[in-house]
Amino acid sequence: MQAVKIVVTGPFASGKTQFIRTISEIEVVSTERRISTPGERAIKDQTTVAMDFGRITIDEGLVLYLFGTPGQRRFDFMWEILAEGMLGFIVMVDSTRPETFREARNILDTFRRYAQTPFVVAANKQDLEDAWDPEDIRIALRLDGRVKVLPCVATRRSSVKTVVLELLYSILEEMSAARE
Amino acid sequence: MALKGNLRDFNATQLLNLIHLARKTGTLTVESRNGTAQLCFKDGKLIYAALDRQDGRLADVLIRAGKLRPEQLKAFEAAQIQDDKVLGLKLIEAGYVTQQDILASLRAQMLDVVYRLFAWNEGAFRFEPHLQPVQNRIPVPLDLENLIMEGARRLREIERLKEELPDLDIPVRLTSRPEAIRKVQLSAEEWRVISQINGRHTIEQIMRRLNMDEIQIRRIIYGLLQAGLIELGAPPPAAPPAGVPARGGGVSRSVVEKLINYFRGL
Repeated sequence: MQAVKIVVTGPFASGKTQFIRTISEIEVVSTERRISTPGERAIKDQTTVAMDFGRITIDEGLVLYLFGTPGQRRFDFMWEILAEGMLGFIVMVDSTRPETFREARNILDTFRRYAQTPFVVAANKQDLEDAWDPEDIRIALRLDGRVKVLPCVATRRSSVKTVVLELLYSILEEMSAARE
Repeated sequence: MALKGNLRDFNATQLLNLIHLARKTGTLTVESRNGTAQLCFKDGKLIYAALDRQDGRLADVLIRAGKLRPEQLKAFEAAQIQDDKVLGLKLIEAGYVTQQDILASLRAQMLDVVYRLFAWNEGAFRFEPHLQPVQNRIPVPLDLENLIMEGARRLREIERLKEELPDLDIPVRLTSRPEAIRKVQLSAEEWRVISQINGRHTIEQIMRRLNMDEIQIRRIIYGLLQAGLIELGAPPPAAPPAGVPARGGGVSRSVVEKLINYFRGL
């Protein structure tokens, strides 16, 4: 059985766990703990401290693992471990919280250092009124036009599927480019 | 879709950069304890700016600029002219001001509002797209590149600069819009930095070559980035841990195609 891995990363409360939950065939294995910091608790009750783990069986010989990273810097020792051998990664951004864009940019740079694998940015929570447009998020994150910044609603299966597919297309394109 | 946020997280220079690069049209309102600023943009250019009760009326602007005396206005008060274009024409016809006086005064007033805005560290902002600019005013289009560079030059908080540009070990390259550089008034130091940018040198290497300190180089690179003149390259990869493949663990093309087919069928 061959196993391949995609990592879902991004700032605190950007929707990483939900993204994996929406598409995983198993109940997501989460290492969530109750939040102790008042500022963060105002946003959500629990947070991932080590990783989230989801699985999708493609066929009898191939399985895709989805790993979600913890969002807070104090757990960043896990990031490099999770990034090892990944096929590509997805950076989740909460489109309604511009205060997290700087952190998203830093996380993105950190992961690009770990491995020069393809990645896409998922501009999550696009169903909410205050969501920034994906093209505005591209500028805020200082990403050039070649990087895919995709609208996303992590609770919708079709939206999550599109983001994963776009990442896979990027991986395939890179493989073709490397062969030429 | 409105853009909302706080200058604490996304400062005025970054906002202008976003409006400039996305060629936005609309109205930006910023409310802070320093006051309320309103700026109107058309196709990424600033065309109107006002602060608090100074609503940018031509008569007020000219008086504040010392180009017009209050008693000269009296002759026009009875006519109750609302449209600044009409008033401007009448003032020119009366020989009180020239067209150049009007444009220069309005431009100076807009710059004054923007420079004040640069000093605000906090304040809720909201950008409403497609709103028509304030009626009865004279729009004076101002390119944003120079304003953005000036905003970056005025950024004095070192911590903020470090947050915006935490890593100096990143290569920089010029954007694919060389014509943009000609429009911006760069200082000698900024030109020296530009001359070193070739897509391979990292920010740190440029700093050493030019014998600059970290604060100088951060401020200049930040300004050039915000003005859309340069881009950051990909950070150099860290060495993978021993025994770990750097990418994908030797996954073949057929595996990726299998994954694609699976997700297409979902």
